[in-house]
Amino acid sequence: MLATIGADQFDELITDIPEEHRNPPLRLPDSASELEVTSRMQALAALNQDAGTRPSFLGGGAYRHFIPATVGAVLQRGEFVTSYTPYQPEAAQGVLQSGFEFQSAVAQIFDMEVANAGMYDGPTAFAEAGLMAARVSRRNRILILDTADRRLFEVAEAYTRYQQVEVEAISRERVMNGDIPNDAACIAFQSPNFLGRIEDVQALTDAAHDVGALSVMHTYPIALGMFKPPGAFGVDIATAEGQPLGVPLTFGGAYVGLFTTKQRYIRQLPGRIIGKTTDTMGRTGYTLTLQTREQHIRRERATSNICTSTQLIGLMVAVYCATMGPSGLRQVAELSYHKAHYLANAIDALPSWKVIRAEGSTFFNEFPVQCPIAPAEVNRRLAERGIIGGLDVGHLVPNGMLFCATEMNSRSEADRLIASLKDMGYGAAG
Amino acid sequence: MSNNVMPNASVADMPDRSLLMDRSVPGRKAINLPAPDVPLSDMPDDGLLRESDYLRLPEVSQLDVIRYFTLLSRLNFSIDTNFYPLGSCTMKYNPKLNDQIASLGGFANIHPLQDDAGVQGALGVMFELQQWLGEATGLPGVGLAPLAGAQGEYAGLLIARAALNMRGESDRDVALIPDSAHGTNPASAAMAGLSVVTVKTDEFGNVDVDDLRAKADENTCVFMLTIPSTLGLFEPNIIEINRIIHDAGGLVYADGANLNALLGLVKLGDLGVDICHSNLHKTFSTPHGGGGPGAGPVMVTEDLASYLPEPVVIKNDDGSLQLGRPGNSIGKINGFHGSFSILVRAYTYMQSLGGDGLRAVSENAVINANYVQARLCDRFDLAVDRVCMHETVLSGKRQADRGVPALSIAKRLLDYGIHAPTMYFPLIVPEALMVEPTETESKETLDRFVEVMQAIDDEIDSDPDSVNHAPHTLPNTRLDEATAARRPVLRWQG
Repeated sequence: MLATIGADQFDELITDIPEEHRNPPLRLPDSASELEVTSRMQALAALNQDAGTRPSFLGGGAYRHFIPATVGAVLQRGEFVTSYTPYQPEAAQGVLQSGFEFQSAVAQIFDMEVANAGMYDGPTAFAEAGLMAARVSRRNRILILDTADRRLFEVAEAYTRYQQVEVEAISRERVMNGDIPNDAACIAFQSPNFLGRIEDVQALTDAAHDVGALSVMHTYPIALGMFKPPGAFGVDIATAEGQPLGVPLTFGGAYVGLFTTKQRYIRQLPGRIIGKTTDTMGRTGYTLTLQTREQHIRRERATSNICTSTQLIGLMVAVYCATMGPSGLRQVAELSYHKAHYLANAIDALPSWKVIRAEGSTFFNEFPVQCPIAPAEVNRRLAERGIIGGLDVGHLVPNGMLFCATEMNSRSEADRLIASLKDMGYGAAG
Repeated sequence: MSNNVMPNASVADMPDRSLLMDRSVPGRKAINLPAPDVPLSDMPDDGLLRESDYLRLPEVSQLDVIRYFTLLSRLNFSIDTNFYPLGSCTMKYNPKLNDQIASLGGFANIHPLQDDAGVQGALGVMFELQQWLGEATGLPGVGLAPLAGAQGEYAGLLIARAALNMRGESDRDVALIPDSAHGTNPASAAMAGLSVVTVKTDEFGNVDVDDLRAKADENTCVFMLTIPSTLGLFEPNIIEINRIIHDAGGLVYADGANLNALLGLVKLGDLGVDICHSNLHKTFSTPHGGGGPGAGPVMVTEDLASYLPEPVVIKNDDGSLQLGRPGNSIGKINGFHGSFSILVRAYTYMQSLGGDGLRAVSENAVINANYVQARLCDRFDLAVDRVCMHETVLSGKRQADRGVPALSIAKRLLDYGIHAPTMYFPLIVPEALMVEPTETESKETLDRFVEVMQAIDDEIDSDPDSVNHAPHTLPNTRLDEATAARRPVLRWQG
């Protein structure tokens, strides 16, 4: 091949690289066989406490839900896994049509008019929702209800740092009293909120609309199997972490952000969108659409800088939704609800452990508990018993721990947790 | 001629492509779930609950689900089925081992908020990957958080701004960007509040150093250089360019989208680059997934390491690992710790290849691209007539003069079972066809590609109309994108 190129040796091809910096030493390990790499990686994997083989009560933004076998089966298809972004639609109808299924399913679950083809993850979807609200309203103050996960604040802050857009926290009380600055682009909130409680979405949305701001809701898609979806309240932009819909925990990624809005705002959407159309023979086909919003065309005036996104994770969500169907999604939501309420009642019955309830509010599948000892110590002791405990929320509730249950937590797992907490409680009381 | 897609010879051969909702039959199920094993609690007020009959998801059988998605998979090109010489995208083979390792329970089933003590194996993967990427690029500060290349760019620009703010130079608000840059560069710069000033490319495909010198000044925050450039060329004046930027008080950002050309051949840090990112879904062989997920770690000099996004993995004195926040961190740019499932794949890949293997990657990528260039340069104009790195940019000017634009050549390739090259990019090359063969393709595959390109060039004389209406053998002929944008239909409508 070098002869065809007209070179005697390889180095003639890289003479543009400054000579003194060419061919530097690369201090990396030697190559290894598939067999060796497999055993090394298995050993590393074995150092982790696998939530697939022990009870876990950890949520807080990522959730252990059942994943039907169909998801893994479709994910074996190299035709999906190893294809590129569908810029050549005739050669990518599989990615495009499955992405259209994703958009359809997400829009249905949220009861919103449109969904895009997915964002990086939930928090980046939420941050981009704030930015979109600023574009739509031509206002520059993003107000986030202070009951939202602080990760949502932090990412929104990082996404808007140099955008002449302010991100501020606002209390529920201020919103309900109409004490909202008149340059608010949106009231953005999380429901179920960080502590698992359902917010008064209608009141928050009405309050936003009263001052000409948009209502932005970040939600938990499984909860929408039983709770009223954002579209039913007139929410303008609704986002979520898509991971609970068929995506394994994988230490926080790769996930997919769900992003939905009203039809009239589609030209302000960030990210990729798939549309239905016809070919020159009149047959239905799918294509990326509204691309003039995107960076490869509009460059510095694009609605976002997203290029590589999360198409394959969106496919997992599409297969999950197709497999669960309406009844499956409802069942998963209700099972999670009942298991969490069973757990909450049992913990509340323990001496020296207290579920912190907010008056008049409902929770879905997560709830804060005031522990008799430091939450970190609770988790350390639970780990010794092969249980992954809850999330330390001591910054919000003194000695607080956020417990989560899903359909994956059997009653016997919950009872094991209760027995363990009970022992610890006695220790603390003594 | 095509090898995996359905011919559209007759309607009878056409698969039923109706959407899942059109296949839905009320009451049909694909899955059973267990009955509750706990006593039922009171349900919330009706006002909070979803009305039972308006969640319109498909009701289909499990066989329907599998048959449907398997059908869709067959309507698609992929690396596993087709040669994919897509410039700038590095569509190399994605070793199957990497997927298998990422699906191990110890990696796939760990929660991002578990205590550090319970995830030491995962943190070990991340810690060593940080070190290896630092070694490969010569930029030892590594942040794995960015979820894709564009997010890595944004993180890099936030780092640049934060570091300059710390120096009291917060009014530096210009990003200098060559006219050949990827669209994400200006889009990320705009997100970071920077005004974009375009720097010209000279007739040899290099950055116009005089133009750069004239534009680098006290307002310069950063120069964003794609290296090798989108013309597939290594910037020979890079040392001087970096000196100009540094003398003006700015920082140099290298877009590592094309890092596949450089492994073991040169380290960006040695050249004076301050910040770069790497697309693990390109250079480090993680699958593209039809448009993600990717990962775009950001690498910086030691001086800038304290600005990296949260989290980074830190080794404690006792050898244990923990997630930490660097002292001047730009903060969190996504929910958790990065695309962990992608990081595991990249780490597995690097372990398999080792240092020598990675160098061989780049060497072979450069040889393959030059081979294709040498074999096609008689039929197609080159954007720049010189040795290239990992990709070559052809110009279809001669073909366009004969009535067939680059678009049609690209579409016609699909009929031959070869994915189209990147078209009309970089924007500075008329009728551009950007070809990146990658190192994993054999000489036989490259020869066939050359022969197909020659055959299409012949067809331009014998049957230009047919080329201009290609593709003919795919599940769809050309799609009406104008109507799709004018009257958007973005979901199933019943």
